Amino acid sequence: MLAIENILVRYGSITALHDISIKVQTGELVALIGANGAGKTTTLTTVAGNLKPVTGDIQFENTSIASLSPEQIIRKGIAIVPEGREIFASLTVEENLKLGAYIRRDRSEFKRDLDETVTMFPILGERIHQQGGTLSGGEQQQLAVARALMSHPKLLMMDEPSLGLAPALVDQIFELIVKLHDSGMTILLVEQNVERTLDIVKRAYLLKNGRVEAEGAPEVIRKHVDIESVYLGSKVN
Amino acid sequence: MFSLDFLINALSLGSLYALIALGLVIVYGILKLVNFAYGELIMVGGYALFMLGNLPALPWLVMALIAVTIAMLTSYLTERVAFRPVREKSLTAILITSFAVSTLLQNAALLIVSSRSRAVQFPAIFSGSVRLGNVDIANRNILVIVTSTLLLIALTLLLKRTILGIALRAAADKFQMTRMLGVPANLIISVAFVISGLLAGVVSLFWIGRVGSVTPTIGLSPLLIAFVATVIGGMNSLEGAVVGGYLYGFLFSIISLILPQNLLDYREALMFSIVILILLFKPEGLIRGTYSGERVG
Repeated sequence: MLAIENILVRYGSITALHDISIKVQTGELVALIGANGAGKTTTLTTVAGNLKPVTGDIQFENTSIASLSPEQIIRKGIAIVPEGREIFASLTVEENLKLGAYIRRDRSEFKRDLDETVTMFPILGERIHQQGGTLSGGEQQQLAVARALMSHPKLLMMDEPSLGLAPALVDQIFELIVKLHDSGMTILLVEQNVERTLDIVKRAYLLKNGRVEAEGAPEVIRKHVDIESVYLGSKVN
Repeated sequence: MFSLDFLINALSLGSLYALIALGLVIVYGILKLVNFAYGELIMVGGYALFMLGNLPALPWLVMALIAVTIAMLTSYLTERVAFRPVREKSLTAILITSFAVSTLLQNAALLIVSSRSRAVQFPAIFSGSVRLGNVDIANRNILVIVTSTLLLIALTLLLKRTILGIALRAAADKFQMTRMLGVPANLIISVAFVISGLLAGVVSLFWIGRVGSVTPTIGLSPLLIAFVATVIGGMNSLEGAVVGGYLYGFLFSIISLILPQNLLDYREALMFSIVILILLFKPEGLIRGTYSGERVG
């Protein structure tokens, strides 16, 4: 479904991704792991269209999306739950969800999708007229996921969904990811919680300094590196 | 202590200032650009009205509508022609562009019309007054209050009830995220400039209605008022701009009322001293906005 092919991405004069190639098949749940600064978020941001690769290509359903704008890419079926959730604080929960459905203009469908969302995330139903900024971290994360799902994506990218959440909520988020995957959603997941992530995925990529260090089944990844050193972002001796 | 005509006066001034400030902030919210060419949109509206007045008699309301439309169109065109090409450059580039646009429009007015002020025709209703109890209320003041109330209600409905309005508010908060949900950047920025032009156009009718004539530099005063009002109210929310506008109008009216005759010349100075005090104690303005400082890149 998604094929990132040898992309090189720069922030000004700093090269963030040297040579990244990643594949996600339809229905797969694939994780990107690695230390801070390894290029995980940059990879997702580039796929979403906010950064442009200098060289290399990004194929989605066999067409190149590397030169498309963010607003075109979501129309191809790629939605993102960004790092830091990026909830619109001054908009109500309902308005946040409405924007999530921006590319779908059918009002009756929105009503139905909203009902489904509220069934899936009951807390959002309770807070439907509250401003996004008044929600707790866990609630905002649910809203960010729900907002992304409103566009009916083919591929859902999630950037550190468990970051900054209390342990009980982290469990909820991981359950949610598994549930979404079981329902057939293709997911590209970036996570700093390496152990938990490798427990739920069948395939992962380990990034290091803007390059793919290892890829494969969780056992392969586990064997390949000392997980702690990746987590801390430096070699611990 | 405040009489009815004082209150109507203050409310009328406040309403006008609220519209002025809102027009500036609606663009600032999205682009983080203080559009220094904003005052020139008011000037363009004024000259449009002046030129239409020379044509064979059109009903004044039609002329006013055309003038407002021309201000909107000018605002839209400045975005398309001047701001869009430099949008992804530095904030300094876009700021300097706004100065350039301002100067260009002023010089166009000098060249096409004249540096001297030109009288603009207004219908009799503008200069008349109605008697309420034992005070005379100028029609113009009532017109300003009614028009701006209607306009603010319409804008609120647009911003709260339509998907475009919601997207506009979202873009003012987190522009890149709004794009990643499929909202086209160009559309949102164009809409912001068109609304800004609409407000400038309506303001031009009443601003020039007060002074009765238009000059190439007439936009400077309203720009300054917009800037100060938004500093008082807070630059990071539309509500802040409206509150700041009304507050500026009321403060200015009160100062004008209580200052002795021989000190009236200092009312602007006093006004700005109050602004400095507000900046000292509430640097973010009275209304703390929720928008982040993110800029379109």
